[in-house]
Amino acid sequence: MMQVNELQKISAEVRSDVIKMIGKAGSGHPGGSLSIVDILVTLYNKVMKVDPKNPNWEDRDRLVLSKGHGCPALYSILARKGFFDVEQLWSLRKLGSMLQGHPDMRKTPGIDVSVGSLGQGLSVAVGLALGAKLKNKKYRVFAIIGDGEMQEGQIWEALMSSIHYKLDNLTIILDYNKLQIDGPNEEVMSLGNIRERMQAFGFDVHEIDGHNHEEIYNALSAPVIAQKPRFIIAHTVKGKGVSFMENQVGWHGKAPNAQEIEKALADIGGTTI
Amino acid sequence: MTNMKSPRIAYGEALVELGEKNELVVALDADLAHATQTALFGERFKDRFFNLGIAEQNMMGVAAGLSLCGFIPFASTFAIFGAGRAFEQIRNSICYPKLNVKIAVTHGGVTVGEDGASHQAIEDISLMRSLPNMTVIVPCDAIETKKAVFAAADIEGPVYIRIARPVAPIITKEEDNFEIGKAKVLKEGKDVSIFATGLMVAKALEAAVTLGDRGIDATVINIHTIKPLDEDLILKEVAKTSKVITVEEHTILGGLGSAVAEVLVEKGMKAQMKRIGINDTFGQSGDPEQLLEHYGLSAQNIVKVAEEMVENLK
Repeated sequence: MMQVNELQKISAEVRSDVIKMIGKAGSGHPGGSLSIVDILVTLYNKVMKVDPKNPNWEDRDRLVLSKGHGCPALYSILARKGFFDVEQLWSLRKLGSMLQGHPDMRKTPGIDVSVGSLGQGLSVAVGLALGAKLKNKKYRVFAIIGDGEMQEGQIWEALMSSIHYKLDNLTIILDYNKLQIDGPNEEVMSLGNIRERMQAFGFDVHEIDGHNHEEIYNALSAPVIAQKPRFIIAHTVKGKGVSFMENQVGWHGKAPNAQEIEKALADIGGTTI
Repeated sequence: MTNMKSPRIAYGEALVELGEKNELVVALDADLAHATQTALFGERFKDRFFNLGIAEQNMMGVAAGLSLCGFIPFASTFAIFGAGRAFEQIRNSICYPKLNVKIAVTHGGVTVGEDGASHQAIEDISLMRSLPNMTVIVPCDAIETKKAVFAAADIEGPVYIRIARPVAPIITKEEDNFEIGKAKVLKEGKDVSIFATGLMVAKALEAAVTLGDRGIDATVINIHTIKPLDEDLILKEVAKTSKVITVEEHTILGGLGSAVAEVLVEKGMKAQMKRIGINDTFGQSGDPEQLLEHYGLSAQNIVKVAEEMVENLK
């Protein structure tokens, strides 16, 4: 099993990629990409069964990045796992690129579901989990949703159906960085007490520090409670790892300039979590 | 005496038959299983039927997920809630990744009847045909509905099947060939070409009989597939008559009439054309047949339009 300091090293590398990718693209979503890095790194390096040489392997675990705008982090991990050439990362958002602004399963090896329009990915994840049950497949389905995304009505439809169909092969991870484009969740449209709400729904609820690899791993790999889907509230920091981006709404959807890239990379290099 | 049957009943039966033949077929509904008739499938194949409750957007996403597991999902609700309410889910979760999901909706058009305008989808064909990767089929009767269901399962990719609610005349035969994208000439004529879809095909045939009695020889063409449209056949038929009438239980904006006009104009075909459909207005409550008459979707009105067209050219 990989050690925590190893995961920290990979996470720093992914964060550097994210900054460089968005910088080169000239647009993108650094804040919400950086907040899910540690979750994705733990998933792909310690939890999920995937095969970069056979991305469509039928028994693989599935990831649905329902908050698709965080895809630079996922692209970096997929490239570094060997799903495709690392050089492709620098083509993000360019005409003809295999790396679209939001994930396209038909263009990018390792992307299980095309996502991006908020609220939709979780429903597809429910379908994948339902299909696994129907086919007696043992794979797990992981869905990462955003906190602002929870304001979409479809999310609640999907949550209800995951409980109704007792999808204990489904794990939903909430990237709870508390910020969305127009400001803090609490100001835009408050989410209430998510833990209580999810417990009331009937989820196997876990609440963790979404930047602590050990906590992430423990929540993801805790024994399954039969017939209960899992809901992990991962407290995160938008822009995590880059001092001037952390907790700044303004960095939701803005690319750093050359100077900012340099400063960000220096920050990430010195990141200690 | 013409045999009558509701296309939606035929849909329910066809789905069960398809389910017997192919165990990958699964069905989803959004609390309308008894209206759309997917309940028949649910009774026969309990494990392969999923009622998602009154949540059409989630239903489309779940269908997308099931298709990614190799299943062939048929997702059903009323046309208004499928093409309308869940439009963007169909666009982004199903059509964009070209997933093998069949959206078979019932209660298309004003023949929903008494429930009124809120439940009468008259813009769904327009919405669905604008989506890349989508195939759009509007069967004209119960027999064709069954064939459409089987044909949809045979092709890879998203298909929208718009199925009518009321009991309607059966005008095709079991032995007739059905091929997606291939329109059918049901009656040959030389004076005017009537292109119809769905329940309007029967009205067009009825109109052709009356027109014949009055000395106007009409061609009646069943456009069961709106997309891909059978352009070759349309051009061939219009070349014979230079007079075109389209008839659809749908707004005249963006549906069959628009699709036919696009082909004719782009190919430089000179023809006189009239679109019969809902004229940029909403429906209302009423008896289905009375509603059809009210909105000009009757054999009588098709006759009137055809006569005017022929008269004008004399």
